Amino acid sequence: MQFALLIYESPEAFATRKNDGSDTYTGAWRAYYKALVEAGIYVGGDPLEVPETATTVRIKDARRHVQDGPYADTKEQLGGFIILELASLDAALDWAARCPTASVAAVEVRPLAPEAKQRITG
Amino acid sequence: MNGGGQEGTHREIERVARESYGRLVAYLSSHTRDMASAEDALSEALVAALTAWPRDGVPQNPEAWLLTTARRALIDVIRHQRVVLASEPILLLLKESSTEVALSTEFPDERLKLLFVCAHPAIDPAMHTPLMLQTVLGLDAVRIAGAFLVQPKTMGQRLARAKTKIRDGGIQFEIPQERDLPQRLDAVLEAIYAAFGIGWDDMVGADQRGQNLSEEAIWLARVLLQLIPHQAEVLGLLALMLYCEARRGARRGPGGRYVRLSEQDTKHWSLPLIEEAERHLAEAFKQGRPGRFQLEAAIQSVHAERARSGRTEWLAIMRFYEQLIRISPALGTQTRYAAAVAETQGPEAGLAILDAIDLGAVSGYQPYWAVRAHLLRLLGKTPESLDAYDRAIGLAEDPAVRQFLLQKRG
Repeated sequence: MQFALLIYESPEAFATRKNDGSDTYTGAWRAYYKALVEAGIYVGGDPLEVPETATTVRIKDARRHVQDGPYADTKEQLGGFIILELASLDAALDWAARCPTASVAAVEVRPLAPEAKQRITG
Repeated sequence: MNGGGQEGTHREIERVARESYGRLVAYLSSHTRDMASAEDALSEALVAALTAWPRDGVPQNPEAWLLTTARRALIDVIRHQRVVLASEPILLLLKESSTEVALSTEFPDERLKLLFVCAHPAIDPAMHTPLMLQTVLGLDAVRIAGAFLVQPKTMGQRLARAKTKIRDGGIQFEIPQERDLPQRLDAVLEAIYAAFGIGWDDMVGADQRGQNLSEEAIWLARVLLQLIPHQAEVLGLLALMLYCEARRGARRGPGGRYVRLSEQDTKHWSLPLIEEAERHLAEAFKQGRPGRFQLEAAIQSVHAERARSGRTEWLAIMRFYEQLIRISPALGTQTRYAAAVAETQGPEAGLAILDAIDLGAVSGYQPYWAVRAHLLRLLGKTPESLDAYDRAIGLAEDPAVRQFLLQKRG
């Protein structure tokens, strides 16, 4: 089954996006990605641009409400996601614990919902 | 007994709960085999103590008070479970032993049976340790789940399932027969050691999940030794854990930096713990029945010797690993054996041991990649070494270890 790791990053972690990639946080991420691929469990994923680039749209009373910024106003923000193919939630939690972001901010683990997708895509 | 006000009373309840929890659960569930009901009844008794003791003073025999109160709660529970047809004789039994306890204020220590039930072969081995932590030590499912990295709800369900199996599956509360004892005892020791958290090997270490449980594990081993004295492997396990515990303070440097065993300052090792470990190990060796935990402890005793001699006898360590691998060829043992061989015979010989390990088994095992990276570097194989460091870093869970490896990688 497939799991999404939702990577919630701190402002400090987002700030490392600006430098040349020689910092230890980015180095740890490179190694983590390699370990995921070598373990044969990596399905896909991507980092997201920094939260300041986010725009949130709602329609209320038939009118567009456009908010400059992310959906939730929290210190830690969604910074990316990884999809993994694994046998169990326990295995997904093990891999989430190894994620470099887990020791500085948080990683949320969510199973994908193929039945829900089936209902939509037919 | 009384005094110190309400706070003192609360501390007293905590102390009694800590020391008596396993004894009471063991005794209350040994007739019914129903651990869950025994635990519920004991929780009720502890809640009752929180109201009654500050008001009336701590009773003369707090443990007997808790037992009497818990037993009353348990009888209520069983009365409500009218579906259980066999409950009448049990009720009678509970009542009978109730008066007997009131007279003697002593009751038999059934914790050894409880430990054997928790590590019964019919129970999923992954649940042996969580069951022990809950029923013998009274840890709640949330804390156990955190230590084992599963969701609290999931851990709660698994514990409940295991207890149902014990109650309904005909698992007896008894001490195994002589011929089954070594194997059954082994499962108990494994479960205690799992609680201690392994990652104490010298190249990389610190599996943080286990750390906060190590004291609980040592407590369990002490209880086990008290219940079944002079067993060589029980002594070996306790010695092993004490040797490791003795080094706890030296495992982190300034700013939480990871310090590997060979670089630890022996001034930060606890000599009293090392001395206690040595006493247990010496008594174990006298039995003349070597085993896995005694050998593991012997390896740690060689490391501990550095506090006196200032050097590490790697040859002795290698010899102990050779014996250990014959009885327990676990991945961690082979990895650490390779490191010891590299110390005595050079990195090439160490690498040859690592090469012989099945690659499929090591894809998620971080210490293997850390040792491999280190040996490849010593051999001047830079690209392969960097690759292995990446694997180790990618698998690291402890940020201090990750940082250590990143620095080594360079």
